[in-house]
Amino acid sequence: MTSLILILISALFFNGIIGRVKSICAGRKGPGIMQPVFDVARLLRKGSVYSETTGPVFKIAPAVYLASVIVACLCVPFGNKAGLISFNGDFVFFAYALALGKFFCIIGALDTGSSFEGMGASREATYSMLAEPAFFLIMGSLALMTGHTSFESIFADLHPSSPMSWALAVIAAFIFLILAMVENSRMPVDDPKTHLELTMIHEVMVLDNSGVDLGLIFVTGFLKFAMYAALIANLLIGSIPVGFGIPVFFAVQFVSAVIIGINESFTARFRMNHNPQFIFTLACIALLAVFGVMLMSGQLI
Amino acid sequence: MRRIYYLKMKDILSSWFNQPQTGLSLWFMAIFTLVFACGAVYGSGYMKHYSGRPLRNTLHWINYAVAYVSMMALCVVQNSIAFLVSWEIMALSSFFLVIYESEKPETIKAGINFFVQSHISVILLTAGFMMIGVRTGSYSFSEIPRYCAENNGMAAFLLLFAGFAVKAGFVPFHTWLPYAHPAAPAHISGVMSGVIIKIGIFGILRMITLFTVDFTTAGVIILAVAAISGLYGVMMAILQHNLKKLLAYHSIENIGIIGMGIGLGCIGVGSGNSTLASLGFAGALLHTLNHALFKSVLFFCSGNVYHGTHTLNVERLGGLAKKMPWTAALFLIASVAICGLPPMNGFISEFVIYSGLFGWMQGADLSATTGAVFSILALVMIGGLAILCFTKAFGIIFLGTPRTEVEAHEMEACRIVPLAIEALIMLSIGIFPAFYAKLAGNALECFPYADSAALGSVTDLSIVGIASLVFLAIAAFIYFAKSGVNRKRQVSEGPTWGCGYTEGTARIQYTATSFVKTYVQLFSFVLGTKKEEKRPVEIFPASGHFESESYDKLENALIDKPLGLYRRFTDMFSFLQNGKMQFYVLYGIIFIICTLIITFISC
Repeated sequence: MTSLILILISALFFNGIIGRVKSICAGRKGPGIMQPVFDVARLLRKGSVYSETTGPVFKIAPAVYLASVIVACLCVPFGNKAGLISFNGDFVFFAYALALGKFFCIIGALDTGSSFEGMGASREATYSMLAEPAFFLIMGSLALMTGHTSFESIFADLHPSSPMSWALAVIAAFIFLILAMVENSRMPVDDPKTHLELTMIHEVMVLDNSGVDLGLIFVTGFLKFAMYAALIANLLIGSIPVGFGIPVFFAVQFVSAVIIGINESFTARFRMNHNPQFIFTLACIALLAVFGVMLMSGQLI
Repeated sequence: MRRIYYLKMKDILSSWFNQPQTGLSLWFMAIFTLVFACGAVYGSGYMKHYSGRPLRNTLHWINYAVAYVSMMALCVVQNSIAFLVSWEIMALSSFFLVIYESEKPETIKAGINFFVQSHISVILLTAGFMMIGVRTGSYSFSEIPRYCAENNGMAAFLLLFAGFAVKAGFVPFHTWLPYAHPAAPAHISGVMSGVIIKIGIFGILRMITLFTVDFTTAGVIILAVAAISGLYGVMMAILQHNLKKLLAYHSIENIGIIGMGIGLGCIGVGSGNSTLASLGFAGALLHTLNHALFKSVLFFCSGNVYHGTHTLNVERLGGLAKKMPWTAALFLIASVAICGLPPMNGFISEFVIYSGLFGWMQGADLSATTGAVFSILALVMIGGLAILCFTKAFGIIFLGTPRTEVEAHEMEACRIVPLAIEALIMLSIGIFPAFYAKLAGNALECFPYADSAALGSVTDLSIVGIASLVFLAIAAFIYFAKSGVNRKRQVSEGPTWGCGYTEGTARIQYTATSFVKTYVQLFSFVLGTKKEEKRPVEIFPASGHFESESYDKLENALIDKPLGLYRRFTDMFSFLQNGKMQFYVLYGIIFIICTLIITFISC
């Protein structure tokens, strides 16, 4: 329960902080931190326009997409306190629940019959297929190190004491952060502020969503960011008391948002055909983490 | 007289029911019966389109019944000769089922291919059973443990595994599936893919309960073959434009997932690890049930699409969800299930196999960890690729606007209701997995080291079901809340946003080929694509055209090329049979002279 409330709170500010960091870097005055939330509130008050081509799938898709991320958030623990859904192997459920959301997002885009949205759907399907192994490998290496297979017991057992486990925690944090960026279609894989549909991935998939549907999709994006940052925070707060845990949690969320903001300010988007290599590199780095753990447990020597 | 007969049947049945492997047989018999029953109801509607041929239809249904009975027999018999006879009856009857539309040349070609490959499987099985029979002097299954105690059973085990693998469709024995499934009528493809190939899985599992070999080695071999089958199957499936061919390749993928469970279970048996054995075999058994359900639904849906539109080429379809809403909904549910996504049943079996793999990983020895890491990687990639494949299949066929002018209409109730029943069972497996795991418990306990208690000790499956239920509840809540809000707002309809372009036609939509283009480029080192291209050139270009077609590289390398070489080799001797009478007389004389000389020498 703690983790869910904390994720919801950080989700309110996450995108605002990214925007604020970007505006500071660019020397602009920029919008306030709460601007993304106001945008969503405005969308939720608006009416909608549905394409004549679309059917029920298009209307169900945003709901399933949001539900998938909420359910995934329910799995995230707060240090050694389990999330609302917790069992051995819950991270498999976590990943597959997110995948169901993506499945519906993709078919929702295809339901419009638009060439642009088909393009976005194709890219999203391909890239998320490539991103998936990284998550499983990094969770696998954590499972191997701690000997557990649920989020809560893995994070409770993860003491960043030896240099090797620090290294592992750094790799894991790096992978979760990049995954968050890939999943939310941020730089360097995708540029959310681009104005050309041909170069978009996620934005082009939701071209036809409007009003409440679009609001739900934005909320899903906020939650996704906060969820991945919560996983990173969990790498640190496993063994410390809740009183210190909560400030650390928010600090991690803040730092993650700042890093993403700075990254977006100073990098350019990759060419589309370089994205697969970049995303699959993550899986290779995760494999490195697995070998690190095997080295540590004395299997390789 | 009748009473005596009855008593005998009762004795036979009771002695059979008390045997230790009955649980396994019953599990498979239940699955076969369920799918055959749904297939029969569905088929009765499907065959109305062919009602002008009563004789042929009678033969068809007789074969259907014979195939079912022979499958039941295969589950029951305890003697390898009887097993081979039933196997042959099953192979022949399913051959006749496949070639129902025998007036089409490609159907006959596919049928012959299927016929030959099923007999390769028979040869391998016969050889395997003979190895045992010669040594033990008996063909009863109960002699196999004795055979293993006295000899190294590995060779016989691998021979039998190969024989069953041809039927099940493991790579590289998979090449008959993509031809046989599209050629057969839809209810037959559904039953074939759903259950007839599962008799191969049953055979492998049955042999594991009988043999005692070095199960660690056997398990690693099975796991490797299965992981490759899974990956290769789904990779090829994505390329296919014929819906039934796509589904056929997906069967290979799912057989791969089942095989991974079996391999894991064998490794558990080999290392005496009860948890691993239970999780592996339970995953395999559950996935057998799950695949039988969702794959038959998908094939039945493909039959509805075929009769509704008279084509199975996905590039020509589109927007069918509006005209065939029930078929579309069932296809969507089965797609979610086959991708292994919660809250459907596919997730449950994949989850059990994942649990097993993560458990194996903790084995604290190098080979176990490495094996587990690469198996997990394979399973994750299979999942991701399946999502790509089924978003393509569902999205291109049922969503968007029609790509060509096809008339489509929804099918009658008897072609929807059995599918809906199967879909309900699928959902119930997803939500009450613990109940079905308990049902599989009897089958599970036929295996050494495996027991259902060990299965429950790792993960309480009922929590997984509750998590899925929570998911459903949240999604439903959001959906209805959203609809409620929208009812108060102004909701209008308009054309799809074309980014300023208003004259879009159906042809500007993304096609199946373009949807998977990035993937095809990425994996071009595995996939074979033939391209034929004639560019329009010069200032006043004449017509140009471009065609690309995928082919199975493995089939090319393992079947077509060796066959070609063999044919070239035999062609070298064709001068002998040249049709000239003088030569044939000469052969006779040479033969007589040789006989004389040999007799002379040996005297």
